This record gives sequence, structure tokens and C-alpha cells, in this order.
Amino acid sequence: MGIISKSRKKSPWVMHYDCTSCNGCDIEVLACLTPLYDAERLGIINVGNPKHADILLVTGSANKRNAHVLKNIYNQMPDPKVVVAIGACACTGGIFKECYNVMGGVENVIPVDVFVPGCCARPEAIIDGIVQGIGKLDEKADAMKAGSKA
Amino acid sequence: MSINNLIIAVIAIIAAPIVGGLLTGIDRKITARMQNRFGPPLLQPFYDFFKLLGKQGIAVNQTQMVYVMGHLFFAVGAFVMLVLKQDLLMLMFILAFSAVSLIMGAMSVRSPYSKIGAQREIMQMMAYEPVLLLMVVGVYKTTGSFMISEIFAHERPLLFSLPLVFLAFLYVLTIKLRKSPFDFSTSHHGHQELIKGLTTEFSGTQLALIELTHWFDLVLLLGLITLFFAQPIWVGILIALASYFCEIVIDNISARVTWQWMVKVTWVAGIGAALVNIVWMYLI
Repeated sequence: MGIISKSRKKSPWVMHYDCTSCNGCDIEVLACLTPLYDAERLGIINVGNPKHADILLVTGSANKRNAHVLKNIYNQMPDPKVVVAIGACACTGGIFKECYNVMGGVENVIPVDVFVPGCCARPEAIIDGIVQGIGKLDEKADAMKAGSKA
Repeated sequence: MSINNLIIAVIAIIAAPIVGGLLTGIDRKITARMQNRFGPPLLQPFYDFFKLLGKQGIAVNQTQMVYVMGHLFFAVGAFVMLVLKQDLLMLMFILAFSAVSLIMGAMSVRSPYSKIGAQREIMQMMAYEPVLLLMVVGVYKTTGSFMISEIFAHERPLLFSLPLVFLAFLYVLTIKLRKSPFDFSTSHHGHQELIKGLTTEFSGTQLALIELTHWFDLVLLLGLITLFFAQPIWVGILIALASYFCEIVIDNISARVTWQWMVKVTWVAGIGAALVNIVWMYLI
């Protein structure tokens, strides 16, 4: 399992979903892929397809309209997978927390593994969050194997 | 088939993915440098491949895997025919079967993205298959045989008799490798009009096998370029690598075109150049 475990750490493909973000965090997520930060040097590729993704980046707070979309994307991703919530809104609901339609942070809809705070989160913080998420992929894979045996 | 041929075939089947993967890694590194980025490590395609093998298997339907296997095995078959210097015409047909398998796999699911990607792939095949067949005709006219071994026995390099066919083949190579400006059946980067086109509904091991087939295809196509300068072989390999570098440059400087444009230009310029070359050989 050594080579697969090593490859898993070297090749995290990210999928980015914007719940109700103001687009501030989305711009910072895409900034990670520009020549200045070049996330591809870590093997990070932005795929638009949940079936190819390992890491789900969510920005913005969850509300009653997009909760099922978020769940659908999460369920389409093959295991092992990790969810990274980016920005104050995705972590807690942020300034929209008290709105009548907002359900708060993303963790109220799908299990979140890494929280990246900030409004907006800086690209360095986002890359750090993804790297911490990579560290959790292995235990997810072990859980996946244990689950498939049971 | 002697035991010697068997050993050559086995070595080639093991070596081809390694060479293909390394070439893909070099491609990604050069592309990154051209875009002023640092770029992924050289072994990145292998990391991607092994990671995909470790993913959970999600099959949309039961036949999907059969088509992926067909895609792989026909490509391996075509490659073995090249290594053993067999019939060039048969090689082209087997290569077409490999491409058709992938289209069938993409058509077998209900995702509209996958289906549109498959339809565009059919358009690509419609555009490049005539040029490949004309290339085989040109080779037959020059050497008097469809056998690849005859090309190696021919004392004058094919490039001198078939310069326009060679140019048409280079053009077709861009379509076959699905590089920009002809990357519309499976866009190279996410967040585009077809998500991942043809490969949208393939995940995990299936996607890994499609990637493996792509490496075989890459080595096979570069091998076909090498045939144009088979004596001495190292010149042919250098020409193949130079053509691959040209493909990377073209990939980076061009935007995606529409399939209508591709079919028109390939039929007029590609088939035109190849036909002019063959007719000229008849006249002279």
C-alpha cells in the first residue's frame, strides 16, 4: 500500500463549490492556481468534476436552497475524500449567520475536516488548509477499507 | 511467432507506459515553465495514476469497465504490432477500435457532458481517420508493402518521398493527443463547457486505465513519426521528440476552436496535403 499512500499525498485534485459566498474567498481559491502561488507544484489540480476530486473546497455559508446541491456533490466524490471549509462564512456562517434562510456553517450539511478561517482567507492559508487535508486522506482510506470489510 | 518476438513484445509493453508517463511529466513541466509557473514534479503522472488506483470504485453501469478494457487492450495490441513490425494498415484499424471503445464507454452513460464529449470525439475520428489511411497508402506507394518491416528495409527514408503526408500526420497528431486547439472532446482543465467531456463519468481505476492507454497512444504515435526516418532510427526518434515539443508549444499558444472548423480544415488541408503528395508520386 506504500506507493498508493505516497501518491495520494502527492496528487490531491480539488473541487471547488461556492455555496453563498460573496466571491471574495472564491477569488482567493483561484489565486492559489496562478503563477505566483502555483498550487500545481504540489500536484494540486482544480477539477470541475466531483467524480475525479479528492478534496472538496467549500466557500460561503450553507442555506436551505444549496444544502442539497452540496450534499449531492459530496456524495458523488469517491472515497477517500476530505472537505475543507474556507472563510468565515463556511466555518460558522459569518456575518450571515442570523439570516432566516442560512443554516450556519457548512458542517451543518456535510462533515468538514479542515476549517480555514479568514474574511477572506489568504491563498497561503488556503494552501495550508489543503495540505492539512492531505494529511487526513490516509486515515480516511483506512476507514474506507475497514468499512468495506465490515 | 517465435519466442524472441514474445520477449520483445513483453519488454515493450512494460517499457511503453514508463516512457509515456515520463513524456507526459516532461510535457506538464515544460507547459508550466512556459506559463511562468514552477510546475509539478516529473513523476506527477505516475502519482496521479497510483492515486486513482487507490480510489473507491464507482461504476455508473456494468459495461463501462468492459469498454475501458477494450480501449486499453486494442491500444496495447496496436502498439505490439508496431514493435513487431507488422502490418501498418491493420495497426490503424486496431487503433480505431481502441478509440471507438472509449466512445462507446462514454455513450453508455446518461450524463449529457459525457455524450456531447463522445459526439465530438466521433467528429475528431471523422476528421483524422482519412488522413491516417492516406498515410498508409503513401507508405504502400513508396515501399510496395503494408508491412512496417519493409519500411525498415527501405534504404531511402520515407520523409523524402512523403514530406506533405508527414506534415498532415503532424497536424493529425494534435487531434489524436487531444491537445489545444483540438481539446474539445475532453477539455484539459476543469470548469469548462463540458467539465471533462468524454471522461466525465469515469472515476478511480477506470480513469487510471484511460490515462495508461493515453501513454500507450502517445508512444505509439511518436513511434509512427519515427517510421518516417527509420534509417538510422535515432534520427527518427529525434524527429519524433522534436514534433512532440512542437505539440507542446502549439498547445500553449492556441485557443480552442470549434469542431466545425476542425473538420473543415483537416479535410481541406490535411487530406489535401496527403493527396497532393500521393498524386505527385504517381506523376513523377
